[in-house]
Amino acid sequence: MSVITLTVDGCDVAVPAGASLLQAAGAAGVKLPTLCHLDGLTPVGACRLCLVALEGTTKLLPACATEAAEGMAVSTTSPELREYRRMAVELFFAEGNHICAYCVSNGACELQDVAVTVGMDHSRFPYRYPQRPVDASHPWFALDHNHCILCTRCVRVCDEIEGAHVWDLAERGSDCRIISGLDQPWGEVEACTSCGKCVEVCPTGALFHREDGTSEKHPHRELPFQLRLAREQGQWRNQGQALPQALEGGGEDPS
Amino acid sequence: MTRTIVIDPVTRIEGHAKISLHLDAEGRLQDARFHVVEYRGFEKFCEGHPFTEMAGITARICGICPVSHLLAAARTGDKLLAVQIPPAADKLRRLLNLAQLTQSHALSFFHLSSPDFLLGWECDPARRNVFGLMAADPDLARAGIRLRQFGQQILELLGGRKIHAAWAVPGGVRTSLSAEAKVWILERLPEARATITQALSLYKRLLDGPLQREQRVFGDFPSLFLGLVSREGRWEHLDGVLRIRAADGTIVADGLCEDDYASFLAEAVEPWSYLKFPYYRPLGYPEGMYRVGPLARLNVCDGIGTPWADAELAELRARSGTTDSGGHIVTSSFAYHHARLVEIVACLEAIELLVNDAELMDRHTRSRAGLNRLEAVGVSEAPRGTLFHHYRVNEQGLIERVNLIIATGQNNLAMNRTVLQIAREFIADPVAPDQEIPEPLLNRVEAGIRCFDPCLSCSTHAAGQMPLRLQLLAVDGTVLAERSRP
Repeated sequence: MSVITLTVDGCDVAVPAGASLLQAAGAAGVKLPTLCHLDGLTPVGACRLCLVALEGTTKLLPACATEAAEGMAVSTTSPELREYRRMAVELFFAEGNHICAYCVSNGACELQDVAVTVGMDHSRFPYRYPQRPVDASHPWFALDHNHCILCTRCVRVCDEIEGAHVWDLAERGSDCRIISGLDQPWGEVEACTSCGKCVEVCPTGALFHREDGTSEKHPHRELPFQLRLAREQGQWRNQGQALPQALEGGGEDPS
Repeated sequence: MTRTIVIDPVTRIEGHAKISLHLDAEGRLQDARFHVVEYRGFEKFCEGHPFTEMAGITARICGICPVSHLLAAARTGDKLLAVQIPPAADKLRRLLNLAQLTQSHALSFFHLSSPDFLLGWECDPARRNVFGLMAADPDLARAGIRLRQFGQQILELLGGRKIHAAWAVPGGVRTSLSAEAKVWILERLPEARATITQALSLYKRLLDGPLQREQRVFGDFPSLFLGLVSREGRWEHLDGVLRIRAADGTIVADGLCEDDYASFLAEAVEPWSYLKFPYYRPLGYPEGMYRVGPLARLNVCDGIGTPWADAELAELRARSGTTDSGGHIVTSSFAYHHARLVEIVACLEAIELLVNDAELMDRHTRSRAGLNRLEAVGVSEAPRGTLFHHYRVNEQGLIERVNLIIATGQNNLAMNRTVLQIAREFIADPVAPDQEIPEPLLNRVEAGIRCFDPCLSCSTHAAGQMPLRLQLLAVDGTVLAERSRP
C-alpha cells in the first residue's frame, strides 16, 4: 500500500493512499466536528462542519470528502474556520425546530454535541419555526421532519449497507426533505425491511422508535462501520470454515 | 364617578397577574377581577406531536410542579396504550407525587406566604419576603428551605433531576428506586417531621392570635369543592375517583370518572383574562363555582388514613366549627395554608409507608404496548388541585386535540370572590374619589390570592417573573390610579 505524507496544522502525518483529509486530521490527533460523516458510509460533504484550509488555495474544503494528496499543507483551525463552523451549526438550529427539552435524542444527539463543541450559546439567525409533519405510519419507527438536518445518513445506510434504498431527498432549498419510497408514508413502502439501521445512524431525534419518549433514544452509530468491516474481512466465517460458494458471491449459480 | 383600583403586578405568586377593583358611581365596590395576563398556547402547539412526547412537553409548562403534568400525561398515555402499569410503577409514581406535594407546599408556606404571617401585614414590603424571614427567624427559614429540599431531592433520586425529569412515561416509570436513595429518604424523614411539627405549632398560635380576622374575611363563602378520593373515600392524590362536596357537607357527586369530565365540568371564558373559568356544569356559570387544591382534598375526603394526619385534619375541621362526621366543611380560603401543612404531614407519613414497602423495589416498572385507543383523559392531584389532561390522537399516535384543565383555573371564580371580600373588608366603602390605595390593602388583596397558591404559568399553559399591579378604573375603563411593586 502506498503512503501519502502531508502536514496537518504543521504536524507531519503519513496516511494510506486514498485516505481523506478527515482521516489525515485524525492521524494528527485533530478531531474535526462532523454531522453527515459516518465511518462505513460514503462521504457526501453535506454538513460543512469539517471544512479545512489548504495552502495554495483560498477555497475551504470539506475534509471528509477530500482525498489526501502528497505534500498537502492542511490547516484545521483559524478564526475564520471557527466562525464558519459555528455559523453552520447556528443555521441548523435556526432552520428546523430543534427543541432539546422534550426530544427523544436529548443527551445522545450529535447536533447538540457539535453545538457545544463550536461554542454556540445562541443562534444569531432568527428561527424559522417551519411547519413540518411527523410520519408515524411505520409500526415501529417514526420520522419527525422537525429534527431532520438532511445529513442523508439514513439515505446512505439504507442504500449502501441494507440495500433497500427506501430513503431519498425531494424538493430543493428550504423545501428539501427526506422522503420514503416514492414520497409515500413510510409504513406503506414495501422496500423497507424494518431493519432500523436508519434510526440507529440518525444524528438527531428525527428518526426514532415510536415508543421512545424524551431522552430515550440510545443509537448505535457505529453500526455501518462494524457491518462494513465484518463484510470486508469476512467475519461471518465460522472458525475458519468458508460459507457455501453461492453465499460467497462471485460463485457460479448452482442451478 | 366610577373608578377601578388596579393592583398590577401581583407579587409572590407563580406567574404574571393584576387585580382590578371596580367601583360604581357612588364609589362602592362593585366587582373584583383577577386578571391573568400571560398566554402560552400549549394546547395548540402540541398538535401534530407524538403522544409519547406529551410528558416531556407538558412538564415544561411549569418549573414548580412539572411532576403534576408529567404524571397526568403519563396516566393519559397509559390509557392510550390501554395497559395496567406494574404495581411498583404505581407506587413509585405515588412517591414522586408525594415528594412534589411536599416541596411545593413547603415553598408556598415558608417562602411565599409565611412572611405575611410572621413579619406582619404592615411590615415594609422590601423586607416582607423570604429574605426578611431569614433575617427575623433564620432557623425557621432554614428548616423550611430544607423541607422543600427534602421533597426536591426525592424527585431527583427518582427521576435523575429535580426539575423536568422525564421519568414517568406511558406504561409506568423508567427506573426503580435505588437502595441508597431509600436509605437517604429514611434518614431525612425525622428532620422533615420535626420541621412540620414546628410549623404547625407556630401557625396554630398565629391562628389563635393575630390571624383571626383573616380567617373570617379571606374568602370565607360557600362553594363546591372537588378532588380525588380513594375508592374507600379517603384522601387521594393520584389514582381514585372524583368527588364533589357542597359547603353544607352534602356529597353532590361521587365516584365520578375523569373520562366523563366534560359531562360535569365546563369552561367559561372572559375577555379580560387568559385564565379560563371552569364551573360545575349542572349548576351553570357562575353558580357552579368550585374550589380545588389542598383544602378541597381535605374537605371531600372522609379521612386521610394515617394517624398523625388524621389528628391534624380533625383539628383543622374542629377549628372551623366543623366535625369529622360530615356536616359543615371548612369554607374559608385562608384555611388553604393550614390544609397545606396538614397535607405535608399526610405526605411524610405516606412516604414512610411507601419507602418501607418491599414492592416498591420490584424491578418491573414499565408495561410496554403500542397504541390501542385514540382518546383518553388522565388526572393527577397537583399541589394546587385537580389536573386534567385530555388527548385525542390519530391512528399514528399523533396528537389531534389537547385540553388541559389546570388547578388554578378551577379556583378562578373563588379567587375573584376572595379578592372582592377582602377589598370590602379593608377599603372604606364608599371609596372617596381621591382615596389612595393603602399598602396594607395592596398586600392583603395579594395575600388573598396567595391562599390559593396560584400557578399562572400552568394555568395559562407564561414565562417570566411575576410581580402584582393594582389599578383603579373608572366605569369607562379609564385608569384613575395605579400602584405596583417591582
